[in-house]
Amino acid sequence: MQTLIDFITFKDPNVIYVVLGMICINTSSAVIGTFAFLRKRALIGDAIAHALLPGVCLGFILAGDKNIIYLLGGAFLTGWLATFLVDYIVNQTKIKQDAAIGIVLSTLFAFGIVLMSVIQNGDYANEGGLNNFLFGQAAAINKDEVYIFGIILLVILVATYFFYRAFLSISFNYDFAASAGLPVKTIEFVLTSLTVLAIAAGIQALGVVLMSALIITPAAAARFWSNNLRVMLLIAVVFSVFSGVLGAYVSYANAGVPTGPWVVLILSLITIISFVFSTKKGILYRILLANKNKRKIFTENILKSIFQWHEKKQKDIAEPFAAADLLSVRLFSTRELNKGLVKLKQKGLLVADGTKFYLSAEGIVESKRIVRLHRLWEHYLLRRTSMDENHVHAGAEAIEHVLSPEIEKELEKELGILGIPKDDY
Amino acid sequence: MENCSIEVHNLTTTYGGAPVLWDVDFELPVGQIIGVIGPNGSGKTTLLKTIMGLLEPSSGFVKIFNQDLDKIRERVAYVPQRESVDWDFPASVYDIVMMGRYRKHNLFRRTNKTDIDIVNQSIEKVGLTEFKNRQIAQLSGGQQQRVFIARALAQRAELYLMDEPFVGVDAATESSILSLLQEMKNDGKTVLIIHHDLQTVSDYFDYLVLLNTRLIAKGTPQEVLTKENLTNAYGGQLTLLAKVASLIKENEFPIREKDMDF
Ligand SMILES: Nc1ncnc2c1ncn2[C@@H]1O[C@H](COP(=O)(O)OP(=O)(O)OP(=O)(O)O)[C@@H](O)[C@H]1O
Ligand SMILES: [Mg+2]
Repeated sequence: MQTLIDFITFKDPNVIYVVLGMICINTSSAVIGTFAFLRKRALIGDAIAHALLPGVCLGFILAGDKNIIYLLGGAFLTGWLATFLVDYIVNQTKIKQDAAIGIVLSTLFAFGIVLMSVIQNGDYANEGGLNNFLFGQAAAINKDEVYIFGIILLVILVATYFFYRAFLSISFNYDFAASAGLPVKTIEFVLTSLTVLAIAAGIQALGVVLMSALIITPAAAARFWSNNLRVMLLIAVVFSVFSGVLGAYVSYANAGVPTGPWVVLILSLITIISFVFSTKKGILYRILLANKNKRKIFTENILKSIFQWHEKKQKDIAEPFAAADLLSVRLFSTRELNKGLVKLKQKGLLVADGTKFYLSAEGIVESKRIVRLHRLWEHYLLRRTSMDENHVHAGAEAIEHVLSPEIEKELEKELGILGIPKDDY
Repeated sequence: MENCSIEVHNLTTTYGGAPVLWDVDFELPVGQIIGVIGPNGSGKTTLLKTIMGLLEPSSGFVKIFNQDLDKIRERVAYVPQRESVDWDFPASVYDIVMMGRYRKHNLFRRTNKTDIDIVNQSIEKVGLTEFKNRQIAQLSGGQQQRVFIARALAQRAELYLMDEPFVGVDAATESSILSLLQEMKNDGKTVLIIHHDLQTVSDYFDYLVLLNTRLIAKGTPQEVLTKENLTNAYGGQLTLLAKVASLIKENEFPIREKDMDF
C-alpha cells in the first residue's frame, strides 16, 4: 500500500519521469499503431522493434556510454533498414512478406545480441543498462529522456493532425489514393518514419521483444469499441497509457521486474475484456441484445393481443379490459403476462384502473402499429411468396417486431393498403 | 482518332517477367460508354491499373486526352474492384465518399462547403442518402459498390474507369447504375467499364474492347461480338498465352488484387 501511495504522490521524483515517459511513449505508439493496424502491418512493427537492437548497440559503441541521442539515432537507422530490407526482398525475390519479415527480424536481432555481448565483454563504463533493451525497464527513464519522448510525441501528434486525410486514404485504399494523384510514396515514408520513431522511443521502457505489442494491441482492443476512427484513436491511447502506467508501477513496486511483460499482459487483458464486453462486436452485447429483443417481442405481443381482444369483442380500443381477457386471444403464462403488463405501465402505454387496465393514447398508437405491421406482412407473404393462408400467420409472427418504419412505408406502397388490414390469418 | 479519350500504345505489362498484357494498342472515343471484356485472368484489371499509372508498363505508353496522365489526373476517376479493400474499416459512407475530394493540393486543408455539397450530391446520385452515416462494414455488397461509384462521382472527373461495378449487384441496383451511366454520358463524360456478363454487353456499351492478354478486337458491339472473335478470346482450347498465364497463377503468384506494398 505504501508503495502505491509513494507512486501516485510522486514521492520519489523519478516516478514523475517514469509516468510522464510512459504517457509519451504509449500515446505515440497507440496513435501511429492504429494506422499500422488498419493497414494490416502488424508484423512489420515486430520486425522494426527487433531490428532496433543492433542500432542501439552501435549507438552505444559510438557514444561510449548510454547517450540517448546516439541510441535513438542508431535505433532509427536500423529500424528503417529493416523496413527497407523487407521491401527489397519482397520486390526482388519470390519470398513472401511474412517470410521476409521473419528473415530480417531474426537476422538483425541476432546481430544485435552479438553486439551486446561484445559490449559486455569490452570495457565500457555503465554498460549494465543495455540489458534493459531486451525486456524493458521503465524505471530507467530519466529527465532528459522524458524531454526527448515528449518531442517525439509532439512530432507524431502534429504530423498525424496534418496527415490525417493522407494516412486515412492510403490505409483504406492505397491504389485509389495513388490514382487520385496523392503523393502515396511520401505519405508512406512519413508513416513508416513515424512508426520507427514511436517504436524507437519505447524500446528502453518496453524492450525490443515486446514493443511491437504496443503498436498493434491498443488499436486492436479499441476497434471493438468504436467504428469511428477518431474515437478509436482516443480509446487506443487511453488503453495504452493505462497499461503503461500500471505496468510501470508494478515494475517500480517490485524492484528489478522488467516493465515490458507487465504492460503487455495488462494490455492483453484489456483486449480480452473488450472482446467480451464491448458494444456491437462483443459477446456480452450480443447476449444483452438477445434479452432486450426477447422483452420487446413479449411486450409487443401483449399489445397485439389487447388490440385483438377489443376487435373480437367489437369494443372500442380505449375500453378497459382484464388481464384474464387476453388469455382468450393468446396463450400467455399468467406470471409472465403480469410482469409484461407492469412493464407496459411503466412505459406509460397502459393505465391501471382498479383490477382492469386500459391503453393510454400512446399505447393505442403502438398496439395499432404492431397489428398493422403483422397484417401487412401477412398480406405481403400471401401476395409475393408461395405461402398459403394457413401458413402466413406463422410466417409473419415475430417479423412485425423487426420491421422498420422505412420498410413499413415500402410495404404500404407496394400493397396499396392504408390503415389496418381487416383480415387476420 | 481525333477526339480520343484513352490512347494505349503498344502496351506490355508484366508480373515478374511473364506478360499479362502484350502489345496492346487501341484508341478510345470520347463521350461513350465503353466496355472491356475478356475471360478471367485476361488482364482487364491490369489494363486499368496500367492506364491509371498504378503499374509500370514494361514497354509502350498511355495518353489520356492526348496528354500524360500526371498532367490530367484530376480529370480521371478510378473505381477499383470492390473486393480490393477491407470493408471492415472504421469509416462511414460519408467519410469514404469524401475521399473522392482528396487531392494533392488540398490534402492538408480542412473540407470546405463545396466539398461537402459535392459529397452529399454524389451520395444522393447513387441513392445512399439514408445510409450516409452508416458504417461501411454494415452495408450490403451492392451498397458498397455504390459507395465506390459515389466516391468517383465526387471526383468530378471527365473520364471514369470502373472495375466490374456490376459484380454482386442486384437487378434493381444494376439498372439504377446503368441510368446513372447514361446520365453521365449525356453530360459528355466518358466511362470505361470492365464487364463480365456477355449477355448484356451489346445493350450496355457503345464501344467494346475484347481482351485476352493481347487485344482480340475493338469497335462497336456488332463489330466485336462475332463468333470468331469470341472463340479467339474465350475459345475452347487454351491458347499458349493463356497457358503461360495459368502457369503463373498456379505456381508462383497468388491472385491478389492488392499490390504488395508497405
Ligand atoms: N499482383 C500480381 N502478381 C502476379 N500476377 C498477377 C498479379 N495480379 C494479377 N496477376 C496475374 O495477371 C493475370 C491477369 O490478371 P488480371 O487481374 O488483370 O485479370 P482480369 O482480367 O482482371 O481477371 P478477372 O476477370 O478474374 O478479374 C492473371 O493471370 C493473374 O494471375
Ligand atoms: Mg479483374
